[in-house]
This record gives sequence, structure tokens and C-alpha cells, in this order.
Amino acid sequence: MNKIDKVKKIIVEKPLKLDCGKTIKDFPLAYETYGKLNDRKDNAILVFHALTGDQFASGTNPITNKEGWWNYALGPGKAIDTNKFFVICANVIGGCMGSYGPSNIGDNGKPFGTNFPVITINDMVNAQYNLLDFFKINKLFSVIGGSMGGMQVLQFVSNFPEKSHTAIPIACTASHSAQNIALNELGRQSIMADHNWMDGFYVENKKVPDKGLAVARMAAHITYLSKKGLQEKFGRKLQERDDLKFGFDADFQIESYLRYQGSVFVDRFDANSYLYITRAMDYFDLTKQFNGNLSKAFEKTNSKFFVISFTSDWLYPTSENRDIVIALNSISKDVGFIEITSDKGHDSFLLDVPDFLSAVKNFLETSYQKLK
Amino acid sequence: MKKEFFEISKLLKKNSKVLDVGCGDGELMKYITENITENVRGLEISKNNIQKCIAKGLTVIEGDAEKDLRQFPNSSYDFVILSQTLQAFLDPENVINELLRVGKKAIVSIPNFGHWRVRLNLLFKGQMPITENLPNEWYNTPNLHMCTIRDFVNFCNKKKIKIDCPNLFYVNLFSELGIFIIEK
Repeated sequence: MNKIDKVKKIIVEKPLKLDCGKTIKDFPLAYETYGKLNDRKDNAILVFHALTGDQFASGTNPITNKEGWWNYALGPGKAIDTNKFFVICANVIGGCMGSYGPSNIGDNGKPFGTNFPVITINDMVNAQYNLLDFFKINKLFSVIGGSMGGMQVLQFVSNFPEKSHTAIPIACTASHSAQNIALNELGRQSIMADHNWMDGFYVENKKVPDKGLAVARMAAHITYLSKKGLQEKFGRKLQERDDLKFGFDADFQIESYLRYQGSVFVDRFDANSYLYITRAMDYFDLTKQFNGNLSKAFEKTNSKFFVISFTSDWLYPTSENRDIVIALNSISKDVGFIEITSDKGHDSFLLDVPDFLSAVKNFLETSYQKLK
Repeated sequence: MKKEFFEISKLLKKNSKVLDVGCGDGELMKYITENITENVRGLEISKNNIQKCIAKGLTVIEGDAEKDLRQFPNSSYDFVILSQTLQAFLDPENVINELLRVGKKAIVSIPNFGHWRVRLNLLFKGQMPITENLPNEWYNTPNLHMCTIRDFVNFCNKKKIKIDCPNLFYVNLFSELGIFIIEK
């Protein structure tokens, strides 16, 4: 926890009215930056992270000592080139990397736990908007994000239509589907079924619901991959054994892999944050915010959009990304769209997928040239 | 750049709104952007071509003209361009209707099956013609609905689509390519 106290953060003094009705103020918002803001202040990009991401998108995460979650896309000379652009990435509120979240200490001197207010994608975006004031940036060059990050891109442009020249929502949706709500509920129930969860007050009881959180991560991890990708990588390969053992150890490599993914996740992520952030995703329905007409969400913006989906992403399939394109097109907004061919599933946006990375790079660089 | 693209560009008005359906690698769009109007969008089915368009800084949507023109509002473009792909659609009549719905005017180009060289090919060799504009064999050609310039003009007249083609006999015999502005 001491390390997390040292991450960069702003204290947002301005009151923020949450969708649940509660107003918060003087809350911390942790962030990291990459590259340099130029004198004209026209090269800033706000990157939004996904469910289990954080502000450490590039380089080495100082808390986990692992690579940043978007190292393939973000850095010097990369798709989002930090030699050219100034990139800001904040930890979402509800998160556990220094921003206002359920593990923070409340007025009673104890961690919030499930006394933390339910937050939404809208709340996350409104909180992060304060970073523009902090850096005295009048207009961002771009807002970019995949998955839940893409939802934040859509909400940001809708809330602040004149605050970004370009917008890149990747592998996302304007309205969280029943299937995705169901999958998130599976993860939440897994956490809550762990007797160490203790109704969310595990920190003060010095417990960790690590089993439940690990299972939630394992289930979710499957949804980030594709059937073909799994089959090619693991097939029915056995884990350090020549034959089946007729028991419930990890006979198969895929089992061992998932167990590993679950176990490393609990070291870096807070179970309550997982509950709150998945809830925020489930509540996301930009179409409903505009009474069933998604186009209305984008009516006031002149941002140039670039929507990207992946062929093997069954969590946020091309059809849902295309709905965003259709909503923009039907009101003649500037929108480009490409579906990238990849077997890597929803996770494609985080991985080394050259067609994806070059599309992002080319879009950003040609758009920035036109700006000048 | 292809001569055809210069001819199409000449038909466009300065600062008009243009949609290039089946924009390929964006060569025509780029020329239009630099010389006629910056308000140009493309619709393209090939991912490889879309990547080339993105690298040129063009706004292109991945999609199939036979079903994805539907999302464009009525009369939302001054000009909709369809270059040499009409004959490759399953339902060209539907595509023409969509072009005329989305665009105030449509610019359509077709390879002319009535050109004298094509006619001679069929007359003397007795086999499907292979020319510069029609390079494929009958069994691997993407062209499902070949027509002549006269066929296309007749079609427009029958469907009450405005089209202008003076000297039809001469044009149908000596043009390898027909380029037309049509409107409802």
C-alpha cells in the first residue's frame, strides 16, 4: 500500500455529482503521463484503461514491476508515439491504483468496502475531465481506449463534444449486452461466494477473497480469447506429464495457464474494485441515455472518429462496434471504421497485432498533420 | 493516376460533399481531397485497401455497398461515385437505387461490353472477350452483370433515371468505358 501512496495524483476539490445521487469532493485521481506536452498544447491524448488496467499504460508499472498494459501500442516510436504526443492515463475512480476506490479510507477511519458508492462510466469520465484543467489543456488531440476504455471514449465525446479533435473507440459497445452482464455477474458471484469476502469488509478483517477473485479472473480471461486462439496455443496439451492422472490437478496446459492467470491477478487487483468496475460496465448504456437514439449522443461533436473491431472478438463483436459507426454515419459525422483480422479475441487490442497498430499509428499521424 | 479518375473528378463541384463507393486504395479520393473538396468519404470492402486509405489520411468505412449504404441518410452527399464495380454486384439495380437515394447525383462508370473490340472478339473467336478493362476468364471474372453503354442508358430510361449520353451509337461502339452522371 505504501508504494501506491507515492503514485502521481491530483486531489479533485470540485464536487462531482455521481449518477447514484451522491456527491463526492476532495477525492484522489491517480494518473501517469508519457511524452511531453508541446507549447501549443495541441498534442495531448487521453488514454482510458479497461476493466483491470491502470494508469501505467507504458514502460514498467512501479507497483507490480510488470510491463505496462499497453506497451505494444504506446511508447516512443510506437503506434501512439510518445516522441510526438503527450499521453495522459488515469486510474478510473472505483479502481485500486491510487484513485478514489473501495479500498480508500472513509470518514469512519475504515476502508469503504461496499459502503463505496456505485459508480458509472459517466462518473469515471467526469472525474478524469479534471485532468484537462490540471494540465491547462483546452482541447485534446485524441481520446483513445479499448473495451471499457472505448466506452469511456464514447461517453467523453458525448459529455464534452468540443474537447477532442479525434476519438478512437476500440473493441467496445455503446450498450453493454445481456451476455456481457451475465459474464460480469459470474465474476461478481464468484467473489461474493468466497467466505473471505465478508460482505466487502475483508480489509478491516485482515482477509483476502483471493480464491473468489482468482476464479472471476479465470472465467473472464477465457472471454478475452478466441476458441481458435485457445485451440492453437493449448489444444489438449498436457501440463508436465505424459498422461492423464485421473484426478483434479491441472492435467491440461490450459488449466494450468488459467490457474496462473488467476493467481497473479489477486496480487495486483482489489476484489471490491472488480465488483464496482464490472457494475459500471453493466450500467453503461449510452443509447438509453439518449432515449434510444445513439446518434443524439454525438450530435454536438465535430470529433473525427475511428472505430476499430476485431474478427475474433466475441465479447464486443464487430456488430456492436458497427452500431456506433451507423449512429455516427446517420448524422453525417466524420467516422472511419475497420475490422482487423486477428485470432487473438477481445485481447487483440492489447497484443502485438501489426495491422491494428499500424492503423492506429497512421490515423493519429495523418490526423495530426491536418491539424497543423 | 488513371485517366478515368481525371474524367470523374472533372464532373465534381468545388467544396461539394463526395462519397466514393468501393474507393479501393483511395487514389481517387486523395486526388479529390487535394484538388476539389476536402469533404470526401469512402466505403470499401477490402481490409488491405482500407489500410492504404488510412495511411493516406482518408476517412473510410469498411463495408459492402450492397448492404452498408443503408446507413447513409437520404441526399447526404452531393455526389456518390461508383467506379467500375456496378457489374460485380449481385443486385446492381438495388445499388443504383441506393446511390441515388444517398447522393443528390451519382457518377457511375462501367466497362463497355459494346466496344468494337469486344464485339469482334465474340464475333470471330466465338469466346468471351478478354481486354484491358476485362482481363479475366469467364470462370473467374468478378463481373456478374456485364452490360453495354446502350444497355445502361436503356436501363436508366426505363427506370426514369436522368442520364445524358449524346451520340449513343458512336459512343457505344468506340468507348471502352462509360462515365455517366445520373440523378432521380
